[in-house]
Amino acid sequence: MDGRAILAELPRLRRYARALVGERAAADDLVQDTLERAWSRSGQWRPGSDLRAWLFGIMHNLRIDQLRRPSLDTTALDDQFVEPPARATQSDSIEFAELAAALAALPEEQRAVMLLVALEEMRYEDVAQTLGIPVGTVMSRLARGRERLRRLLDERNNVTPLRVVR
Amino acid sequence: MNPLLPTDADLHAYVDGQLPESRRLQVEALLAADPAVAQRVRTYRDQKRALQEMFAPVLDEPVPETLRAAATPAAARKSVLSRWSLQRLAASLAIAALGGVIGWLGHGRYQQTEMLARATPLPHQAAIAHAVFTPDVRRPVEVTADQEDQLVTWLSKRLGTPVRPPGLGALGYELIGGRLLPGNSGPVAQFMYQEASGQRLTLYVSTERHENRDTAFRFAREGQINVFYWIDGPYGYALSAGIAKEELARIATAVYEQLDDRRP
Repeated sequence: MDGRAILAELPRLRRYARALVGERAAADDLVQDTLERAWSRSGQWRPGSDLRAWLFGIMHNLRIDQLRRPSLDTTALDDQFVEPPARATQSDSIEFAELAAALAALPEEQRAVMLLVALEEMRYEDVAQTLGIPVGTVMSRLARGRERLRRLLDERNNVTPLRVVR
Repeated sequence: MNPLLPTDADLHAYVDGQLPESRRLQVEALLAADPAVAQRVRTYRDQKRALQEMFAPVLDEPVPETLRAAATPAAARKSVLSRWSLQRLAASLAIAALGGVIGWLGHGRYQQTEMLARATPLPHQAAIAHAVFTPDVRRPVEVTADQEDQLVTWLSKRLGTPVRPPGLGALGYELIGGRLLPGNSGPVAQFMYQEASGQRLTLYVSTERHENRDTAFRFAREGQINVFYWIDGPYGYALSAGIAKEELARIATAVYEQLDDRRP
């Protein structure tokens, strides 16, 4: 396994982790855990196979472990935040802050599928392999996720505006 | 089912450029014939593009040195120590943040990046509202409990869904009234109760879907104020008071049971 090849995947791993987890520090922690596990299991990697898919698979499994782990501190703030990455302009039809909030409100399993399809532009079969689920499940999660995101964004845009008090 | 009629999966595959050529004409025919489906497909496509644009800047961020180091095998092992100290640092920062006063939280809301990045979590909102209104001697509520019917009608109308304060008389707390407050994206309601000793507690009811999933009871502490909160369908509830956690838990359970019973 080649350190330089892994280095080249880092920006993509970070992007996906950020979108999945939301918070920057937590996302980078997940990437770091992924790298450490990848090296500790480098014997399992078949040379010539898709390194990126292998790394995403490791990240997915780590994330599942994370979510299963019971939370130790109930006074911790468990609400999930998404930090939209900084950017210069905001001229899109969908406001990023709203999108970030709606994305965070999706069930993680739907969010993961949507992000692999949107950000990584993975084929459905590859998404299925990365997440260890059948293609049919990929399709239903994608469909539910997109529908839910659409409804969430619609609702946010239809909030009654404050009326001016006369 | 008509084998020629495109399925939902076909529509998504069309959006993602993964539709077999043989199905494309059928999807395009459907899109031409059905404006509602065409609109849905456009929305999915917009979503996808927006996600790509929103997270594209991450690709251009400089990769943190710890991650660069972990990408190479020797350093991956060495980094465990620095990772550990980073976690300790993060933990101490988190503790500092938890110990912060409510004023700090209020202040945070006005920092633009924070406002963009996050909606204020339910327990914070509730604790702030509690801290602001319970000390008010002259006008702690907008509508008093002797006009409970009006209060219920008004708040239900403004929240767009029936809300009714639970009765906590058996636990020694009498309703003194309620008020309407701004939430993250719309109105929320606050009911206030008072015990014979003057101790006040507030029930904060939000209809803004917070996480969009139900939660069990959760506990948060904001300064002197303890908060139990839970999400039930579209409703978020938070019960706040400056009383012991166990006592508050008992009341929260009573509130929860009453709200649960009332459901059709």
